[in-house]
Amino acid sequence: MRNPSLPAYNFAYLDEQTKRMIRRAILKAIAIPGYQVPFASREMPMPYGWGTGGVQVTASILGPDDVLKVIDQGADDTTNAVSIRAFFAKVANVATTTRTADATIIQTRHRIPETPLAHGQIIVYQVPIPEPLRFLEPRETETRVMHALEEYGLVHVKLYEDIAQHGHIATTYAYPVKVEGRYVMDPSPIPKFDNPKMHRSPALQLFGAGREKRIYALPPFTDVVSLDFEDHPFTVQRFEARCALCNAQEVYLDEVITDDRGGRMFVCSDTDYCETRRSKGSQVGGLPQHGAAKADWEAAE
Amino acid sequence: MAGTTLLDGGFTAPVFQSQAAFRLVMDAMAQPGRIVDLGHAVQPPAPLEPAAAAFLATLADYDTLVWFEDSGADTAASWLTFHTGAAVTRDPSMASYAVLSQNSPVSSWRNFAMGSLSYPDRSATLLLPVESLRDGTPLTVRGPGIETVAVISPRGLPDGFTETMAINVARFPQGFDLLMTCGSELLALPRTTRLVET
Ligand SMILES: [Zn+2]
Repeated sequence: MRNPSLPAYNFAYLDEQTKRMIRRAILKAIAIPGYQVPFASREMPMPYGWGTGGVQVTASILGPDDVLKVIDQGADDTTNAVSIRAFFAKVANVATTTRTADATIIQTRHRIPETPLAHGQIIVYQVPIPEPLRFLEPRETETRVMHALEEYGLVHVKLYEDIAQHGHIATTYAYPVKVEGRYVMDPSPIPKFDNPKMHRSPALQLFGAGREKRIYALPPFTDVVSLDFEDHPFTVQRFEARCALCNAQEVYLDEVITDDRGGRMFVCSDTDYCETRRSKGSQVGGLPQHGAAKADWEAAE
Repeated sequence: MAGTTLLDGGFTAPVFQSQAAFRLVMDAMAQPGRIVDLGHAVQPPAPLEPAAAAFLATLADYDTLVWFEDSGADTAASWLTFHTGAAVTRDPSMASYAVLSQNSPVSSWRNFAMGSLSYPDRSATLLLPVESLRDGTPLTVRGPGIETVAVISPRGLPDGFTETMAINVARFPQGFDLLMTCGSELLALPRTTRLVET
């Protein structure tokens, strides 16, 4: 008999049978790095575009001792990140943080934190389209055969068409990677700037696609290589500017509009990284505070 | 310390105990060779040991079939079905989870599901009990999850074990995943892990 003072949902929202099914999928995903394990995605109390795959993965691994961080485009304070964090604070009564270094689980949409992840941490990616071959071959039966037979020529053709058209590989986010020399994998719509952070990361990386019902994973210290060509090697975006708030360089910057006369500046996309640097004294004086309207130039999910 | 009846010996706080057990199993799978201790939250009848029983209590249910190598495991099988809903199969090729016996003949392992090239996840996870996870002949292991190399020292491995594991690695992405258990402890050797005798 249920105590009427207790909430009407299970710990972390999902029922135990669903958690077991997702946990089994996660273990197979870890055993077969880069391979997309099908799972029976559940309806969640939020729209698909809000990362229901990532939410289901997080709900299935989360325990009462975890400390959860949720980011969206690098920021902890967007509506999406705040909502998901509040959801888990309520349904799992779990501690939350904005500090990358303090988190045991980081759920993310579109970025990998600048602070290097540590052994023992888990990063959960929200994935809209898990199939890296989907834009080249819409039929699931065909892409499954292509993965089975390692027929990845089409991906290279697509990248090479970029070169023919633009003189360089124009893909800047969701840039495909090859895992342990076997599976071609979509890293989710992170900027290709973040791709090198996946390679041999000491953290466990889990990917959840709710609408497409797929889970995949990268164990720690797994080889993750961005696809490229000998004459056109993979390169990340480079920013000429430094962060206008904390003076950081070699980080991913967002262009921010500062006034209605076209004034602009570049600031860290990773708000925790920027704030931590500023609190340690890396301030740049006399500039507006972070939080102005972000130029949303990366394609949204 | 088996339960007095089939009704005893399961998780007493299943939501939290299974979450804790799962995180340890996931850690083990993500760091092959690392020993984790699943504790004594479950008290299964023989021949099930605490680690294998905690693993099954966490992950098995009516969507998974379990196979026992030990023909005298009826009590353990009934206990498992009562506590998880998982059915026991006599057909090894149907098993999601295979509870092996010590010195299990490795030649029979080819009967377990290895998945297909299109669905390599449709493959069995084997639970192999050994005499010890710590004081046997050292084996070096490499692969995803391991920064450089790790060393495991299980004692009481079946004859032909390293050769069978080498064949399993060569089969990637198909293959089985193996969990070695002793008492309440467990280590994982997923299909990506390569063994090198030292
Ligand atoms: Zn900054």
